[in-house]
Amino acid sequence: MKSAIAAFALTSALVAPGLAAARPVTFTTTLNNYGGDGAYLVIYLTDAAGRYAGTLWVAGGKSKYYDSLAGWYRATGGDPAQIDGITGASVGAGRTLEITLDLADALFDAGYVLHVDAAVEDMRDSPDDVAVPLTTQGAGKPTPGRRYVASLKYDM
Amino acid sequence: MIRLLHRWPGLAGLLLVALLAVSGAALSVFPVIEQFAAPRAAAGLSVGDLAARVQAEYPGVEQIRRAPSGRITAWWFEDGTPGAAVIDPATGQGVASADANPVERWLVNLHRQLFAGDTGRLVMAAGAGVMLLLCASGAALIARRMGGWRRWFGPARGGPAARLHVELARVAVAGLALSALTALWMTASTFGLLPDQARAPLFPATTSGQTGIAPNHIAALADLPVAALRDLSFPDPTDPADAFTLKTDRGAGYLDQGTGEVLAWTDAPALSRVTDTFTMLHTGRGAAVIGLVLGLMALSVPALAVSGFALWLAGWRARPRIRRNASAGRAETVIFVGSEAGSTWGFAATLHRALSEAGQSVHVAPMTAFDPACYRAAKRLLILAATYGDGMAPASAKGFIERLEHAPALSGVPVAVLGFGDHSFPAFCAFADEVAQLLTAKGWTELLPPDAVDRQSPQDFARWGCALGRTLGLELELVHQPAQPATEALTLVSRRDYGAEVQAPTAILRFALPRAGFWQRLMRRGFARFQAGDLLAVLPEGDAVPRLYSLASGSRDGFVEIVVRKQPGGLCSGQLVALEPGSTIRAFIRPNPGFHSGHGRAPLILIGAGTGIGPLAGMIRANRHARPVHLFFGLRARESDFLFAEELAGWQRDGRLARLTTATSRGPRPYYVQDALRHEAAEVLTMIRSGARIMVCGGRAMAEGVTAALTDILAPAGLTPAVLKAEGRYVEDVF
Repeated sequence: MKSAIAAFALTSALVAPGLAAARPVTFTTTLNNYGGDGAYLVIYLTDAAGRYAGTLWVAGGKSKYYDSLAGWYRATGGDPAQIDGITGASVGAGRTLEITLDLADALFDAGYVLHVDAAVEDMRDSPDDVAVPLTTQGAGKPTPGRRYVASLKYDM
Repeated sequence: MIRLLHRWPGLAGLLLVALLAVSGAALSVFPVIEQFAAPRAAAGLSVGDLAARVQAEYPGVEQIRRAPSGRITAWWFEDGTPGAAVIDPATGQGVASADANPVERWLVNLHRQLFAGDTGRLVMAAGAGVMLLLCASGAALIARRMGGWRRWFGPARGGPAARLHVELARVAVAGLALSALTALWMTASTFGLLPDQARAPLFPATTSGQTGIAPNHIAALADLPVAALRDLSFPDPTDPADAFTLKTDRGAGYLDQGTGEVLAWTDAPALSRVTDTFTMLHTGRGAAVIGLVLGLMALSVPALAVSGFALWLAGWRARPRIRRNASAGRAETVIFVGSEAGSTWGFAATLHRALSEAGQSVHVAPMTAFDPACYRAAKRLLILAATYGDGMAPASAKGFIERLEHAPALSGVPVAVLGFGDHSFPAFCAFADEVAQLLTAKGWTELLPPDAVDRQSPQDFARWGCALGRTLGLELELVHQPAQPATEALTLVSRRDYGAEVQAPTAILRFALPRAGFWQRLMRRGFARFQAGDLLAVLPEGDAVPRLYSLASGSRDGFVEIVVRKQPGGLCSGQLVALEPGSTIRAFIRPNPGFHSGHGRAPLILIGAGTGIGPLAGMIRANRHARPVHLFFGLRARESDFLFAEELAGWQRDGRLARLTTATSRGPRPYYVQDALRHEAAEVLTMIRSGARIMVCGGRAMAEGVTAALTDILAPAGLTPAVLKAEGRYVEDVF
């Protein structure tokens, strides 16, 4: 159970500590037994126009590997300001990453899409392993990933 | 100081460094397998053609990667399911599974991070740091021990553990240092401490908006040899804003998926080449043979750890705690100890105890603590000094010479110097001699003439104790027993007597080989494994101090044989010469590796007089492969003390002995071995020029005569006995 109370430099509307118009959301990402080392994951949002809107979490501490998280790196260039205070350890095969964040209500049912990019040493890069719209309807429903992610769900 | 930098990191990091080395050695096998198993790209193949081939086979290809070993892997999606394979570059088809070997992955995670993430990485990096420190300090110690870097591969002397440690280390140290250095560099790179990262540039804001160019039509890929490829990621064809991502050994960038032009590019920093090279050397990926060699060298580490630990333990055990040590300012007698491995401390403790029991107040200190201003009550100083390597100060005497140089002599405080050494080394007791000479030069008075204890001989020490006692007017009986193995009972099988007519009663005593214990057999020690030239330590009845006799047989002969001459008043020799078959003695084996005939085909020149023939006869008996051996044997009269006469004749017949030259000293014209040597000077010189090894065994006067004769014989060839000794080609066993 990780709890991250963090503000973004760019999009402070995403995660708003103590705002009335926000609620804690728990993201649960479970990985497959893909037979490799720990996976680097990044969970981020794009807006209704497909533009990058902000990062929620990075699993994996060494910035030299961030360019393998291709979709996210393409959007951010691995900008350290984007991920200040919201990084953790990489996630082992078959393990689960659970993070809880205060998300602004305005992010739900507004065309925002939740993305997970993943990469593993000596294995393929997997941009958009998961891409799922952020809706109140979708809460609690697991979405399967393409390669490393077995399922992703968010609960409010 | 260097020794401490070797000992403590070595002991502290023992298991960690051994674990690193063993896992690394195991890992070194995988790149070899990979290099031979993976199909290789033809020399002229371009990345463009390779990518086109793979795309033709797997239209959903997303990524192509080239491992440093040359292996090409492709990943794709087909109908939503991921696929992967090792690719044959000639066809673009998958030929093997792309899955990582689970054993290799497990080993990598052990070797790299102890399964403990970044903490583990730092622990293992510390292990690599210890390894590097051990390599540097160890190399310095070997150079010191050998007497200079130029003699790096000189003969290793000392006990089995010391020799194993040195022999392995001087071969492996270069590889171990390289592995450790590259490991530290790679760790620094992993933690982002080096400006060596080839990061992709920012993604281009605009693209041509077109899609669908074939990879072999992209100029940047058509001109790029496969050997330079790291990774090529294909764009999403449904997203015109996406682009190819290319990483090569020169940098990284993006290529337009419509026009193929380079949209953005960042060159890798210069240091990235260093990191790539170091990674290749360390892992063997891309240089499998180097990796295998480093892996083999790493395999020496467990043996180095065990032998190093054994050396330390032996020294630590041998170093007794001095009980009731008087303070430096109050002691009448101050004993200084210069010890390398710790054995000399044992003798110092015995001396301290004996003098204390005789009513003296005695202070024992390492020579490093020498400070003449402190010894206000001192009436005498005693210096017990070992020698290290080529005449260097031992560990506990570093800097003593310099202090002595700058200190005024204490008037009325005489000094005695006792050297400890092993006369199989060329610089026998050289450090003690240097100390004694300097004391004289600085005007100190001499309490006793300088003396020496050879190979921790209790007899030598007791003899010096008597002399010291006489000087001090005390009854001083120094019984020092260096830690010794358990004795075995040996039963006399036969005896042959010689020399009664020439007043030199001598016997060849043959004992049954005792059954070696399990431990001895396992460790190949003691009676389980000895050879001619090793020593039989015999405990006489009624005395705890063993007497050493050179063995005239090896364990392969199936018996234990020594040659004993009755010494006037000799307790042990008297008992031995009086033995009857069936009676037993207590004895153990003391290895004497410095006086083994060794392997190889180089000729042997064996020179012995009297009982000195013993070990030489044993070596000839063991010469089953007819190595050329020339024996010079000095005796008194052929009809009385021609030891081993029948065997020597037999060995000449069956080729174990090529030539026998005898020199008889009784008669109208006394003739000694050194005279025989001079007489056959031409022959001796020819043998030495062809690489012969000289082994001398006998009394001190004989050995000195032989050295003088050889000095003259070798002069025309520009050689000296000292040079041959330094090369390990001239060894003596003198009693």
